[in-house]
Amino acid sequence: MAAGLNAYLLVGAVLFVCGVICMATKRNGIGVLMGVELVLNGANVNFVAFSRYTDLGLDGQIFSLFVIVLAAAEAAVALAIALNFYNNHLTIDVDRANKLKG
Amino acid sequence: MSGENFLFSVFAILTCVSALAVVLSQTVVRMAFWLVISLGSTAALFFLANADFVGAAQLLIYVGGTLVLLVFGVMLTASGPYMKIGTSAGETVVAGLLGLLFLFVVFACIGGVEWRKPVTGSADNIATGAVGNTLRPLGLSFLGVRPDADLANGKPPEASGYLLPFEIVSVHLLVVLIGASYLARAKRRAAPVGQ
Repeated sequence: MAAGLNAYLLVGAVLFVCGVICMATKRNGIGVLMGVELVLNGANVNFVAFSRYTDLGLDGQIFSLFVIVLAAAEAAVALAIALNFYNNHLTIDVDRANKLKG
Repeated sequence: MSGENFLFSVFAILTCVSALAVVLSQTVVRMAFWLVISLGSTAALFFLANADFVGAAQLLIYVGGTLVLLVFGVMLTASGPYMKIGTSAGETVVAGLLGLLFLFVVFACIGGVEWRKPVTGSADNIATGAVGNTLRPLGLSFLGVRPDADLANGKPPEASGYLLPFEIVSVHLLVVLIGASYLARAKRRAAPVGQ
């Protein structure tokens, strides 16, 4: 497999689809978080590939840095929410979160 | 097969296979392990694409920081060492079919689009992202100066730096961390009123 724009995009696509499936099927709250991380990584691969193989310049790398920082922030908040959820429900199963159902 | 292509193939396959293993693993500890492998080989792909600073940041922040957070979450929320919250077989089949369909659509889109011309990295267009050594251009961009866009061939600066988003992101990170520690603090049971 030759390294090129299309090869990087294919890797990013695989990461993205795996993340989406992970988000949709996992019932563990931490597993859903891991799916989000995979999706963000797929986007990062695309940014870096466009920065490398087109005349986009450094903008792609800058945006991937922003994505990395925001993913760290998102993981911190989501983990705090997951801990609170566990303290209240004594489980991390997201299907049990039906308190807000009307 | 050149060395770059060989390394790219190895790390691309490692990334995809371990991302698939994250989806297929049942216990959350194994998912965390495969996620470490996937993110680490993604960082290797970044290094191969001449994005050295982004790769280093990926290793430090993602693999070193976010994954540690996730593992702490696994430890603090697991009721047993190998807790399984499984999905039913029908859901798994439907998810697999939908995933394959989605992957096919994305692959068809990637193959069907005429992307912009690839550029070959040369010493002339330094700091375009196609050549390595991106640390100084990235730092200058975050300070609001674009050495590749603004200072090229005597044009007036177009103010295309990223100073304001950088400040917003840093304040956002501070707010988020304060909020997270507020959300996750150990709650003491409130004493009833009147005692």
